[in-house]
Amino acid sequence: MAEVSCRQVVKIYDGGVQAVKGIDLEIADREFVVLVGPSGCGKSTTLRMIAGLEEISAGEIWIGGDIVNDVPPRDRDIAMVFQNYALYPHMSVFDNMAFGLKLRKFPKDEIKRRVDEAARILDIVPLLDRKPRALSGGQRQRVAMGRAIVRNPKVFLFDEPLSNLDAKLRVQMRTEIKKVHQTVRTTTVYVTHDQVEAMTLADRVVVMNGGVIEQVGSPQDLYHSPATRFVAGFIGSPAMNFLPVRVVDGTDGGLAVQVTEQIVLPVPASRTDRYGKYKGHPMVLGLRPEHLFEYHENGRVGWERVDLLVDVVEPMGMETMVHFFIGHEPVCARVDPATHAEPGEMLPLSADMNQMHLMEPDTGRVV
Amino acid sequence: MSATTFDGADTRPISHRHSLHRQRVWALWGSYTALGVFVVLFLVPPFYMLMTSLKSSAEISAQKGNPWIVHHPTLANFWYLITYPNFQTYYLNTVIVTVLTVVLSMTIAILAAFSLARMGFWGSQTLATGVFLTYLIPASLLFLPLFRVVGFIGLINSYWCLVLLYPTLAVPFCTWIMIGYFSSIPKELDEAALIDGAGYLQMLFRIFIPVAMPGIIAATIFAFTISWGAFLYPLAYLYTSNQMVLTVGIVSDLIRGDVFEWGKIMAANVLASLPPILIYAFLMDYYVAGLTAGATKG
Repeated sequence: MAEVSCRQVVKIYDGGVQAVKGIDLEIADREFVVLVGPSGCGKSTTLRMIAGLEEISAGEIWIGGDIVNDVPPRDRDIAMVFQNYALYPHMSVFDNMAFGLKLRKFPKDEIKRRVDEAARILDIVPLLDRKPRALSGGQRQRVAMGRAIVRNPKVFLFDEPLSNLDAKLRVQMRTEIKKVHQTVRTTTVYVTHDQVEAMTLADRVVVMNGGVIEQVGSPQDLYHSPATRFVAGFIGSPAMNFLPVRVVDGTDGGLAVQVTEQIVLPVPASRTDRYGKYKGHPMVLGLRPEHLFEYHENGRVGWERVDLLVDVVEPMGMETMVHFFIGHEPVCARVDPATHAEPGEMLPLSADMNQMHLMEPDTGRVV
Repeated sequence: MSATTFDGADTRPISHRHSLHRQRVWALWGSYTALGVFVVLFLVPPFYMLMTSLKSSAEISAQKGNPWIVHHPTLANFWYLITYPNFQTYYLNTVIVTVLTVVLSMTIAILAAFSLARMGFWGSQTLATGVFLTYLIPASLLFLPLFRVVGFIGLINSYWCLVLLYPTLAVPFCTWIMIGYFSSIPKELDEAALIDGAGYLQMLFRIFIPVAMPGIIAATIFAFTISWGAFLYPLAYLYTSNQMVLTVGIVSDLIRGDVFEWGKIMAANVLASLPPILIYAFLMDYYVAGLTAGATKG
């Protein structure tokens, strides 16, 4: 069994910089977990502590039921794929993949069998005799993955493996990684700053910020029920709109959020109890651009009309992003490409208030 | 009307007066002139040496005719030296000393550079700088106190003292080159090797040395050159012919009293120059690459 467990793990660098401030994380066997967050949030540091490349300042890390705090990387039964591949430049692809097995004194035929199988899975069989400098970026990354696969470890660790690839190749390799995980079914810890990678690859996503875990959940959980403003703004592209509002009385005994003098949006009835205690308080309204779209006359319950002055129109082909300002706050809406929107004109929109989020302005906590 | 069509209206020849082309032509002329002077200055002595080595003693002392060409070429000087036991001894001693010096220097330099570049222990930075600062003391001053040390060990007049002393000249520079080269190897390579299961020595032999091979070759050539052509130390420490190396041997043996056997001296120099010339000819690319390219890795 290959569970990974981080218990109150802390990392303090010389000079007092606290990169990881006590995180608890349980990763189940065969799970694909993605650590995501902005630069400097501690995700790579956490990964390297799991790998054994960084010393753990405090706390415990367990792999497969054994505590590994003082175990060197070679004995942790892990394999790692690096951002810049880290292939041995003087060795052929075959030797690169076989290196770890040779060091562990595996018999020659076993080595050949494993390398051939990994090469088959990753579709790099014709490249086995080449040196890394004769390979493209995507091919090199596949060789790096092959080097990890042949080891048959308990855990795969990926450190931003797609960051060095161009956008198109990144999409292609993402699918490859997902297919490999479906084939090989090894516990995987994957670090990235790209939330799209996180959402598409992960069984569960761990959003980190400033050395702490903001939220752990499935991609859908994080999308629909973010726990903090940071997670709400980090997940989803384009990012969620945030507007300072005040909770006021609405019509029919319900509540509403007042954005400006003119814009007052009713809160769905189901949330009256939840938001009741914040009446009169300044809060932050979060609404994703995809929940702010062209006005529908016969919309559903909870779709409220709001007319805004168009600032910039971005046609994306499949959809059109329209940008507005409410006061000084930028707002983005995702409308049907057939919608006519001109800068300087008022555009009627429907806001799906069933999808609204309300946050405390000081703590960022979603209520 | 297409923006990319050229209707061929302006077809006057371009004036070269102040153009880049003209400047380039001047620059080329200037470089070739300077290089020509340089080549002449540096190739004249070896050329003269080669010419003189092919002359008989009679022709040299006659001092008639153009000294730059050989009128009656002869290989007698070379034949004399090849069959001369002392010269054979000098050659053999030089080879032994050089090979041992190179092996010893490179072993020390590679191990030192690996630990200084990779294992960041307390004081490693100071030590790395200190290693190179030893060059501030000229070898021509060092040989005086070293004389007492060598005397104490009892190796005066033995070429083994050279095997002990030449590394002091070669190791600092070789270590410095190797530190630069090892530092340029990305740390991820170490980490990948660590995870693959390599220990430090395995990392050194299976990854660092192969990847840094151009730097190693450059350092080896440097150690070889220092050892093969050293003159001051053998002059100070070696007195009898059977211990001498080529540099002092040629000078002390072929200058007999006030008679300079020029033909034989020059022939001996030609023979002594052959190994360095051959090594440089075949490994020159590596030498230059090793000194300049250590920083950038593909």
